[in-house]
Amino acid sequence: MNKTYEVDNEREVIVNVGPQHPATHGVLRYVVKLDGERIVDSDPQVGFLHRGIEKLAEYMTYQQFNPYTDRLDYLAAMNNNLAYVMAVEKLLGIDKDIPERAQYIRVIMAELGRIASHLVWLATHALDIGAMTVFLYCFREREYILDMYEMACGNRLTYNYIRIGGVARDLPKGFMDKLKEFVKLFPPRLKEYHTLLTKNRIWLKRTKDVGYISREDAINYGIAGPCTRGSGVDWDLRRDMPYSVYPELNFEVPVYDEGDVYARYLVRMDEMLQSNRILEQCIEKIPDGPAMIDAPQYVWEPKERLMMNNYALMKHFVKVVKGIKAPAGEVYFGAENPKGELGFYIYSTGEGKPYRLKIRSPSFINISAMPKMVEGGLIADIISVIGSLDFVFGECDR
Amino acid sequence: MTNEELFEKIKSKFGDYIIEHDTFRDELSVTIKKEKLIELMKFLHDDPELQFDYLVMMTAVDFPEREERFDLVYELRSIPHKMIMRVKTRTKEDEPVDSVVSIWNSANWDERETYDMFGIKFNNHPDLRRILMPEDWEGYPLRKDYPLKGKPEDDLWLDKHLPEGQIKKPRHTRMP
Repeated sequence: MNKTYEVDNEREVIVNVGPQHPATHGVLRYVVKLDGERIVDSDPQVGFLHRGIEKLAEYMTYQQFNPYTDRLDYLAAMNNNLAYVMAVEKLLGIDKDIPERAQYIRVIMAELGRIASHLVWLATHALDIGAMTVFLYCFREREYILDMYEMACGNRLTYNYIRIGGVARDLPKGFMDKLKEFVKLFPPRLKEYHTLLTKNRIWLKRTKDVGYISREDAINYGIAGPCTRGSGVDWDLRRDMPYSVYPELNFEVPVYDEGDVYARYLVRMDEMLQSNRILEQCIEKIPDGPAMIDAPQYVWEPKERLMMNNYALMKHFVKVVKGIKAPAGEVYFGAENPKGELGFYIYSTGEGKPYRLKIRSPSFINISAMPKMVEGGLIADIISVIGSLDFVFGECDR
Repeated sequence: MTNEELFEKIKSKFGDYIIEHDTFRDELSVTIKKEKLIELMKFLHDDPELQFDYLVMMTAVDFPEREERFDLVYELRSIPHKMIMRVKTRTKEDEPVDSVVSIWNSANWDERETYDMFGIKFNNHPDLRRILMPEDWEGYPLRKDYPLKGKPEDDLWLDKHLPEGQIKKPRHTRMP
């Protein structure tokens, strides 16, 4: 893992940032070669949280692997569920038949997840640079979202709520009222953050013209999500390669051309507002109906049916033990996650388990572009660049 | 451009080198001989009608029973034309493949990971070393013949790296 650096003259120093540095958002070791305070070369080292999730997936049925996706990007576990489940549905060929209500519930959950993830990003990013107050405000709003998640599926961090074929259960009573309350309450709160940071002189000094990456480099380095949109790439998978019910919803994709930390900050702030808009539309449009597809060969049947019907129970045993029969073939599905594009590549040989499952994790690719961003900058800028890339190591190291 | 047109375009130029092609779930995948990989990638990247400027991901799939053991998979996307396609190539265990880092920088870490997990070497890669596993690890974990719970030899690695004085045994029992 180590890249060996040699010091060329007296002015040069080699500094280790991490792996236990609180501003590295997990376990990133960042080796920096400095000339005075300027960065000459740097090498991010990852892998401290490697758990072999891709290897584990080869030994699991498609349903069994679903909870593992929660453990990738644990700040937006719903979005991970969605990306994985949509990939499997694409493989099974049932992605067009998912009931509309289930689709809307998924979008609601995913957009809430996006807001929650961006709130944690804003909180920690500001905290790293020295603005403590924002942290407390952001976690106040995140609490609302976690409470809603707890209502829907009983968990606050790892949900396993979005399942192959729909969602685990329909929304509980009172959820929609709470959601209505939230979408009303959130935009004024977002304004509060803007008043705290957007025109704050210290904030501007720490973020403007820091961590610059051009449009061409952003594409060439494969950076995804809000980070590319901060460099002027007008690309959002929800709009450009639409999935689920996003085509029916009306939202804008914020794009800024500056390519620095401040632009990425503005992109994410605007995205939260757009997510709120999507939620408002979902409240209006969500139809009644089933929350799970009626395809007994692929999904668990309802409990009542299993208890009353002998054959259904036998089939259930086979599905649980051997896994669902997926057609042979390979698919890739990428979803727009808060961190960027989370994709799943599944190679199936027609058995109950994936032959190979590759996770295209946005954090991993975004970190690989870090040396390009910090080159020539000051060592203190590393912290703001780390904050603006917003990575999570559960996802980066898998 | 539809998948058929896209394939015809590739076929007209690289027809002799295409091993197989397939369209599954509206995704075109083309398997090409590895000698022509870089040429095809350059063509896909630079052609004004295609402009596959974004390498979504690359990885490998292991088929231990085949002579050409590994499938290398490249997911490409064209941002200007909103197209996707998949390029695949095949290689033997000990034969290196040309690196595509000169075309897409995002392949840098992906190829390092593929090397780390499968042991496939890449020609002209700027910095090919392990990325997720420790640098002195032996074996390649994502190969099909690597057991899920690790090999008994892995204990030696732990013995080497645990700090002095730490109780080394009993460790968790491994399945045979």
